[in-house]
Amino acid sequence: MTDAAELRTRTSEFLAAHPPASTDRADFLKARFDAGLAWVHYPEGLGGLGAPRSLQAVVDAELEAAGAPDNDPRRIGIGLGMAAPTVLGFGTEEQKRRFLRPLWTGEEVWCQLFSEPGAGSDLAALGTRAVRDEASGDWIVNGQKVWTSSAHSARWAILIARTDPEQPKHRGITYFVCDMTDPGVEVRPLRQITGEAEFNEVFLTDVRIPDAHRLGAVGEGWKVAQTTLMNERVSIGGMRIPREGGMIGPVAKAWRERPELRTHDLHQRLMKLWVDAEVARLTGERLRQQLVAGQPGPEGSGMKLGFARLNQEISGLEVELRGEEGLLYDDWTMRRPELVDFTGRDAGYRYLRSKGNSIEGGTSEVLLNIVAERVLGLPSEPRTDKDVAWKDLAR
Amino acid sequence: MTDLLYSEEEEALRSAVRDLLADRCDAPAVLARVETGTPHDRELWKALGEGMGLAGLLVPEELGGQGATHREAAVVLEELGRAVAPVPYLTSAVVATEALLACEGPEAAELLGALAAGRTVGALAVSLAAAPGAPFKGVRHEGGALHGELTGIADAVGADVLLVPVAGSDGADGGLYAVDTAQDGVTVTPRTSLDLTRPLATVTFDAARARALTPDAETAVRRALRAGAALLASEQLGIAEWCLTETVRYVKERHQFNRPIGSFQALKHRLAQLWLEVVNTRAAARHAADALATGGDEPHLAAALAQAYAAPVAVRAAEEAVQLHGGIGMTWEHPVHLYLKRAKADAIAYGTAGAHREALAGLVALPAP
Repeated sequence: MTDAAELRTRTSEFLAAHPPASTDRADFLKARFDAGLAWVHYPEGLGGLGAPRSLQAVVDAELEAAGAPDNDPRRIGIGLGMAAPTVLGFGTEEQKRRFLRPLWTGEEVWCQLFSEPGAGSDLAALGTRAVRDEASGDWIVNGQKVWTSSAHSARWAILIARTDPEQPKHRGITYFVCDMTDPGVEVRPLRQITGEAEFNEVFLTDVRIPDAHRLGAVGEGWKVAQTTLMNERVSIGGMRIPREGGMIGPVAKAWRERPELRTHDLHQRLMKLWVDAEVARLTGERLRQQLVAGQPGPEGSGMKLGFARLNQEISGLEVELRGEEGLLYDDWTMRRPELVDFTGRDAGYRYLRSKGNSIEGGTSEVLLNIVAERVLGLPSEPRTDKDVAWKDLAR
Repeated sequence: MTDLLYSEEEEALRSAVRDLLADRCDAPAVLARVETGTPHDRELWKALGEGMGLAGLLVPEELGGQGATHREAAVVLEELGRAVAPVPYLTSAVVATEALLACEGPEAAELLGALAAGRTVGALAVSLAAAPGAPFKGVRHEGGALHGELTGIADAVGADVLLVPVAGSDGADGGLYAVDTAQDGVTVTPRTSLDLTRPLATVTFDAARARALTPDAETAVRRALRAGAALLASEQLGIAEWCLTETVRYVKERHQFNRPIGSFQALKHRLAQLWLEVVNTRAAARHAADALATGGDEPHLAAALAQAYAAPVAVRAAEEAVQLHGGIGMTWEHPVHLYLKRAKADAIAYGTAGAHREALAGLVALPAP
């Protein structure tokens, strides 16, 4: 069952049995999962058919043409992109059966409890402690996590915590699935420089996690987390964007519509950024063509770096271009947006929000190190923390 | 959308050119030649142009060429840039050839055949600094012969034939003429040039005999300069790649403070940043070459975009290479200065990045105030 024609037939049969117009959305999604059409590259019985990942597009096109509801992937991005591959890769059969179906249908939202106030770029230095309660076999977790999106709506979290402080930092970590309804979990919105709160702080006080909710072996959490983090970065490069499709779009529009705003200095800067944005778009397109041709290169590792800088410079120019209007801001009201659009709202918002682009998902400084070491093969800086027990690290 | 990848045939072409250059055009050989009276390596040109048939890539088969496209010519230029090779490929096999392709008639066809065969070297007698949309100078046509002087002509030394624009009265287009350099009425005076591997000359015509190619010099020159600008981006990519690769190699080997200097974050970040720009340059250069080859996706825009992006990247790559090589990078002995000089000269050739941004502003409706 790896053939596009067979998949198309299977999808039409499924649609005939579950007409989107007359089927309840939740029932439709559950049935789609059970038919193996959720993510065809997953194993049978877990929403897939063991087919090549590229064939998912065949199913999606058929379903879209039939007006079928989707699982609102943007709302459950952490679950789909990070939790699911990790559960699939390291979970027990029981864990896979329990978690993957409601994760995919969106019935249960997931969040990620990784970053801490004291562990950002150096995530492996994290200090949230998980201690085994010998009587029950459960783990008792205490600590603080930060920059958690969806924590206020999540049912489950993927969590990494320190189980052995005597070991060097990478070795004493264990990976868990944490129940966000546990009374020891407290979620507080974390207000950003934009005025709103996309993220949360999560305080964990004597949170009890059964050993059955551990993913992977005790002390192997760092290795498991690598799967999660690799999947965080893999999704880029698939989308085709039109010319002026990104942050440059609103600036170019304002330039064309508002001749009174134009100055020579702004024009010089605008054209430089327009060139950079268009070339970045071509680089994305080239990456996409490489992936389609089955020749993935290391070029993808640079895309986020490029876009972070571009978004920041372009939105900075836009605020300036707007002159007096640039002195205003649409709304500082503290809100908790469901979805975040970097190019949404006004120029001031874009300027402030894009400051996070060089921090979230790996700071630009760390990403430059990754390019230098993994792509260019440059030696790493001497490390002083490799063989030191976590408890003895400076903090 | 343009095809931004390299085909298997293009990769094979690259390997063949790279192998030949590795054999015949290493850095010491290029350095040894630059201060002699013959800046071009005629033997190497013979091997590339005649032996491998690369001089005729852009010329249709019925005119004696290979009938290939700008995509292949771009791959050749990447490799020539990487070797900073002293051969008149860009000026003869691309720019002069494109000018001739815009002309009709047996005179142009015969010259195209000669250029394609690699035995005759041609040069367009328009300043290397001229952007595709900028005005260019012409000489006078009087009594059936050419009179006047043109400056900034790249690779004129060593050219067998010059393609010379004539200015009519009141600035009218007087047409484009072919002038053999081996005649009494033509003087080619080499100028001491920043780029030792693509030297400039002043050419003087004193009753030089000339053959008319087309009455419309404007169209031929525009087409030639646009192709030059578009494909120069591939040469700049090759220059930038060499600079990055060599510098990465050097900082891994060079030890100071008891560690390879390439382990210092200050250097790693600069090189990683440069790598990002080289990756972008490749997309821009492939886009320009493919747009010219297929005529699709606005070739004017693609050429201006590629030059506006690639020119500063090649210069930065060469400047970073000089800096990160430390003292050795300042010596005449180390070849990095050849790349710096080529990159800086390329940033002016066929229009500066600024001139191309200005052209883009018109093309994408983002007018200056």
